[in-house]
Amino acid sequence: MISGARIMVECLEAEGVNVIFGYPGAAICPFYDALLDSSIRHILVRQEQNAGHAANGYARISGRPGVCVVTSGPGATNLVTAVASAYMDSIPIVAITGQVQSELIGRDVFQEADITGACEPFTKHSYLVKRTEDLPRIIKEAFYIASTGRPGPVLIDVPVDIQTNEIKGYKYPEAVDIIGYKPSLKGNGLQIKRACEAITAAKRPVICAGGGVFSSKAEHALLDFARKADIPVVNTLMGIGVIPSDDRLCLGMLGTHGVKMANEAIQGADLLLLCGARVGDRSMASPNQVAKRTKIIHIDVDPAEIGKNMQANIPIVGDLCSVLSQMYERIEPLEHSEWIEKCRSRSQLDMGEEDEGKYINPKRFMRLLSETAADDAILVADVGQNQIWSANCFKIRNGRFLTSGGMGTMGYSVPASVGAWTAADGRQVIAVCGDGSFQMQMMELGTIRQHGIKNKIIVMNNTKLGMVRELQDKNYGGRHSGVDLSGSPDFNLLAQAYGIPHARIDSMGEARSAINQMLSTDGPFLLECIVSPAEGSFV
Amino acid sequence: MKHTISVLVENQAGVLSKVASLFSRRGFNIDSLAVGETEDPAISRMTIVADGSDYTVEQIEKQLNKVIPVIKVKTLQEGKYISRMLSLFKVSVPADKRAEIMKIAEVMGAKVLDVTKTTITLEFCDTVERTETLQALLEPYGIKEMARTGAIAIEKGSSTVRK
Ligand SMILES: Cc1ncc(C[n+]2csc(CCOP(=O)(O)OP(=O)(O)O)c2C)c(N)n1
Ligand SMILES: [Mg+2]
Repeated sequence: MISGARIMVECLEAEGVNVIFGYPGAAICPFYDALLDSSIRHILVRQEQNAGHAANGYARISGRPGVCVVTSGPGATNLVTAVASAYMDSIPIVAITGQVQSELIGRDVFQEADITGACEPFTKHSYLVKRTEDLPRIIKEAFYIASTGRPGPVLIDVPVDIQTNEIKGYKYPEAVDIIGYKPSLKGNGLQIKRACEAITAAKRPVICAGGGVFSSKAEHALLDFARKADIPVVNTLMGIGVIPSDDRLCLGMLGTHGVKMANEAIQGADLLLLCGARVGDRSMASPNQVAKRTKIIHIDVDPAEIGKNMQANIPIVGDLCSVLSQMYERIEPLEHSEWIEKCRSRSQLDMGEEDEGKYINPKRFMRLLSETAADDAILVADVGQNQIWSANCFKIRNGRFLTSGGMGTMGYSVPASVGAWTAADGRQVIAVCGDGSFQMQMMELGTIRQHGIKNKIIVMNNTKLGMVRELQDKNYGGRHSGVDLSGSPDFNLLAQAYGIPHARIDSMGEARSAINQMLSTDGPFLLECIVSPAEGSFV
Repeated sequence: MKHTISVLVENQAGVLSKVASLFSRRGFNIDSLAVGETEDPAISRMTIVADGSDYTVEQIEKQLNKVIPVIKVKTLQEGKYISRMLSLFKVSVPADKRAEIMKIAEVMGAKVLDVTKTTITLEFCDTVERTETLQALLEPYGIKEMARTGAIAIEKGSSTVRK
């Protein structure tokens, strides 16, 4: 006889899971008990939302679904923001929640919450397990659904009796067969032919690459295609790092907080090739204007994204990596040097004054950090001005840039960097956050300390909810409401309390040596940068 | 504009709420929704009548297709399908008007199910339009109560939704 809990652990092992992020409680105790006999590493976070963000960071670096496990009721509801954040960014996570006993469901018993119901809008799929016998199939399906097609979070809600029930035995299925779920892979040949003809005819083509490039592991296919067809590439926030920032084809990030070079390229283009980008409102404020004067080719694995925000002349449904390879085979080498030079000649970034003595210039600091960090460093940006400084000034070469793009969830960076670090195989992982967002996640210093996580944390302290302050300056006549963060703790003392090495700098003269100290420390490090409360985010 | 959409789904718990919540979440208005078993007991068929522009309907179709237990979605083409809804009307009727109502029922093809001293209850199974006609004819007498199913629909000719 074997218990449901044991089956759950064995199925996770069979999926190749070696680390999970979680927080226990009564309704998930049978699983936690079975976990003791497994080689799967458990990382105890300090709040359930952070288990979800850690699984998110893990998934984005490992390229496999991240797993988080929490208890019923408040444990499950604490996880909701992380599930929603993963959904908006199409990140594959498998979230396992404990649930009250099957026969008590619906009676509002202690710590009961309808979590599959609550997460319905934010999950790719969810299960409330009814029989212990169903666990193997459900777990197999969950990993498959989370990681194929357009990835996303899958929730498995497991009542405690399903975990304790014993059955005779089980077989972990080798394949899944869901009649209503057959993600298409290859692009339609005719559409690909049309796309290549349009690209060949175009004079000023631009590629706009989004997070889908990473989901599809299409970085190389994209670069190969862009080079062969000689097309410059702009990226969305989720697409930062799709091609190396120092490549001649890379024009940087578009959108409200993007760079002029990228936005002007879109304005001047006669053909736009959207690759795994959903054209969100922050990327393109008026997509229909652009569509009027530009030929649009849209490649996405999710047919629902094509034509949702922007009409496409040539829609191609399929896995980006296969479609780009198919297009690469078909396209003749092209040459657009003049157009590319024109794009590149436009205004450079405005990095602000070198040094005002009293403060860190966050833009120059981020530039310096990217020059000093390893070539393959992973930068995890939080939300706010710090995110924009990171996005535009930290140059990704062979590393990755992670952030909560679709949801803009403050408190993402530190837990996501914990997850990223566990998958990073010794690569540098640096979280950058604001003083506001840090205080939404600073309890994770405990997790970092306990589990020997060697990530670096940079807190951009401008004593304000800077992004909102900036908005109030722009649109509310400078009336500041609810954005002052006085009362914040001394972040260095806090790091010290956790036994984490730390430093504080308030002039650019100290920046280089502080960065070196942080990066050469074998272990976690907290670096606090004192930034002017008046600093702006635009470049 | 009204659209009639047929949705084949795996017959499992929670599918109805997944489909229904999708409509409200994406801002689509449902006029009616009917669901029942199909020739294959593992598969249920939903017929949804929704109001919206062509853009909205295209989005509904695509979003429905993303729901994992949804097997097939098809918007039925105007004029190429047969649809029926079932309604029950309880009409107030003094004895001297009873014959009039019986006449209306007969002309329209409604069935008399129940008669009391003061009411008459009719069953009507027809298209949405004809149901509305009958309703308009009965209104002057006073409809005390009315119950309707959502419309169900099937394509004309030999083609089916699955193929
Ligand atoms: C969970 C959450 N709450 C509120 C917001 C709204 N918001 C966006 S940016 C921001 C300010 C962030 O302040 P801080 O972390 O100090 O970063 P800064 O902008 O100062 O760099 C706020 C409150 C959000 N994005 N996420
Ligand atoms: Mg701040």
